[in-house]
Amino acid sequence: MSSNNKKWFSLNIGRKNQETSSSCSCGKQSGGCGGHNHEETDKIEERKNGFEQVFDVKMDRRSAFKQLAASLAIGAGAVSTSCSMFSGDESKEKAQIDWEEQFKGNYKLMTDEEKQATVDRLVRSYQLRTGKTINMSAKNAEENVLFGYAFNISKCQGYMDCVSACVEENNQDRNSQMQYIRIHEMKDGNGFNFSEADDNYYHEVPAEGHFYMGTQCFHCDNPPCVNVCPVQATWREDDGLVVVDYDWCVGCRYCMAACPYDGRRFNWSKPEVPEEEINKNQHYLGNRLRKKGVMEKCTFCVQRSRAGKNPACVEACPTGARIFGNLLDPNSTIRWVLENKKVFRLKEDLGTEPKFWYFMD
Amino acid sequence: MRQIKVFKSLVRDSLDTITRGSKKYHLWMAALTFMMLVGMYCYSIQLKEGLSVTGMTDRVSWGLYISNFTFLVGVAAAAVMLVMPTYVLKDIDFKQAVLIGEGVAVAALVMCLAFVIADMGGPSVLWHMIPGIGVFNFPNSMLTWDVLVLNGYLFLNITIPFYILFRHYQGKESKKSVYIPGAFLSVFWAVAIHLVTAFLYQGLQARPFWNNALLGPRFLASAFAAGPALIILVLAVIRTYTSFKIENKTIKKIAMVVTVAAQINLIMLISELFKEFYAPTHHSESAYYLFFGLHGKDALLPWIWTAIPLNVLATVMLTFHKLRNNFKVLYFACFILFIAIWIEKGFGLIVPGFIPGPYGKIAEYMPTGIEIGVTLGIWALGAFVFTILAKTAIGIEIGKLRYKK
Repeated sequence: MSSNNKKWFSLNIGRKNQETSSSCSCGKQSGGCGGHNHEETDKIEERKNGFEQVFDVKMDRRSAFKQLAASLAIGAGAVSTSCSMFSGDESKEKAQIDWEEQFKGNYKLMTDEEKQATVDRLVRSYQLRTGKTINMSAKNAEENVLFGYAFNISKCQGYMDCVSACVEENNQDRNSQMQYIRIHEMKDGNGFNFSEADDNYYHEVPAEGHFYMGTQCFHCDNPPCVNVCPVQATWREDDGLVVVDYDWCVGCRYCMAACPYDGRRFNWSKPEVPEEEINKNQHYLGNRLRKKGVMEKCTFCVQRSRAGKNPACVEACPTGARIFGNLLDPNSTIRWVLENKKVFRLKEDLGTEPKFWYFMD
Repeated sequence: MRQIKVFKSLVRDSLDTITRGSKKYHLWMAALTFMMLVGMYCYSIQLKEGLSVTGMTDRVSWGLYISNFTFLVGVAAAAVMLVMPTYVLKDIDFKQAVLIGEGVAVAALVMCLAFVIADMGGPSVLWHMIPGIGVFNFPNSMLTWDVLVLNGYLFLNITIPFYILFRHYQGKESKKSVYIPGAFLSVFWAVAIHLVTAFLYQGLQARPFWNNALLGPRFLASAFAAGPALIILVLAVIRTYTSFKIENKTIKKIAMVVTVAAQINLIMLISELFKEFYAPTHHSESAYYLFFGLHGKDALLPWIWTAIPLNVLATVMLTFHKLRNNFKVLYFACFILFIAIWIEKGFGLIVPGFIPGPYGKIAEYMPTGIEIGVTLGIWALGAFVFTILAKTAIGIEIGKLRYKK
């Protein structure tokens, strides 16, 4: 992992070598680990400098194009930053990170090192901007894991604790009150009549003569949203989670039109979370802070589920209506539910194969 | 080397022509420029604040921009109705009209691309969509197909007229062997752009209002009515204000095309209405919302009930030879038909697709001032591009612009 075989493109815009030198044993790409010196990397940097560093990089046609486009696009900005007499190393590092982030590839196609590198850059960038440290993971799907979810309609009382837990856990925009989960309040005796249900109620629950049913992203096994994305910014991971690369999304909202379950949300304006409410335990594909103009959605709390925990909604539910687990583990609760309850899924006729089942006691 | 010199001279001459004209011409261009500037200002607000300044929400996530985009793809495709008879069926009557038609297509495509970009949440990362540099989800995503066919069609519609005009500019005849293959290709391509755009919607199982086998054919029929209708109006303006000769016969022939397409469009409309309302199912709710309103929500009623009568009236007027051959009536009929299809294939198609939502929630959509500003700006851009193209083309065709050695 020396700078010679980095797979992303980096432009040295005149700051000192130690900032550009690549990762150390602690895995951090840029600065901050403090546990080693930079002598060795400095030597390499000395031999390769200026012109060579930018142009003497092995590249295929793809990255050559990328660099060309990149240079044209923000060359001017980079020049002004590097020529500035007043900007310190920090602002140059910031510029370097922004540059690399703007022109990085699709997360889905990255190698593990590249994934780690972008996560490290994001952590460092947050540190530079706010002075605070976050913890971001790039953990991949584990083998023999396929996540599934079951919802007990008899138990849900409409308390919406899941909704608030979800918002807090996943750093959703507070201004627009974005919520991944919708709880539909339905009248007894009408069956599952969604068109007469209310998903935006403000009264004491459980309301007399009503029952409740929650919807969110169902993480379909055959997700229509993934097919339609023109840039593969959303895909199905090996453990069944349907995720979005927020940095790769172009914001065309075609996936939103394609989703039959109202599972996707768009950042119509810059999402804002008060600094003290930010959940600093993040995953690249999960609850890291988003920007405006990109899609997001429920990820079954990838930052929790891949760490062996239940999603926040499951943990928060006071009635135990929500069950989450590994469908490939024969001893899991979710498997017990699927085998012993009369389960059903919504809009099965569409062939989307949701991994979200409903059942009643 | 010589070609480059000729090209340079063409650009110079064309700049000369487009910056000169009558007072009315200057007023027209100034008005368009002003509208474009207003549009750019509105767009700058949208860039800064995000798409929240539009009327779109999570419930209705496509609006005015995509509506106009859909409609304009049809207008662009309609150029083929002039190209086919002229180049392929060797019908000489269309010869003068075809360059204008292709100009309309280029302007419409420029507007299409502008509308798509205006609708993007992240225009700064649009390079993710460029094949080779980004990741192009081809052939899975119909949007990538659309990117390919639209740009290909734009290329065809720029190169073919450019070749012909470039030859005429030098006082030479254009060689048939060069442009006929391109013209043939563009005929199929035009059908493709509109069909692919229809498939964009038709392929979504989530939206029953769009997921309907008639959508593609109906797109074509309405496009071949609205596009040539616009071209007739443009030709009428050109006939009045320039010395470019367009014979009555040409306009009458295009009117015939409009008539047949409008009739087929009406038949398909009846078929659609029958299916939705004879035995209404859960999937007919969007159509109910569009035509009658649902649960007291009826924002689209004035639109669709303007469009349908205009559509029927125009088709009836066009059907009678006596009325159609009276140019005043013809222009009026073309105008109301264009408006009717703009409503029907824009607003009336995109917005009800989202209403009611996947779980029956009815949230209405109303475009904001900023959205309308951007939209008007893009229309002005299209008119601006067309005026420039048409003025140069007419200059060359009437022999005013010639290469001087």
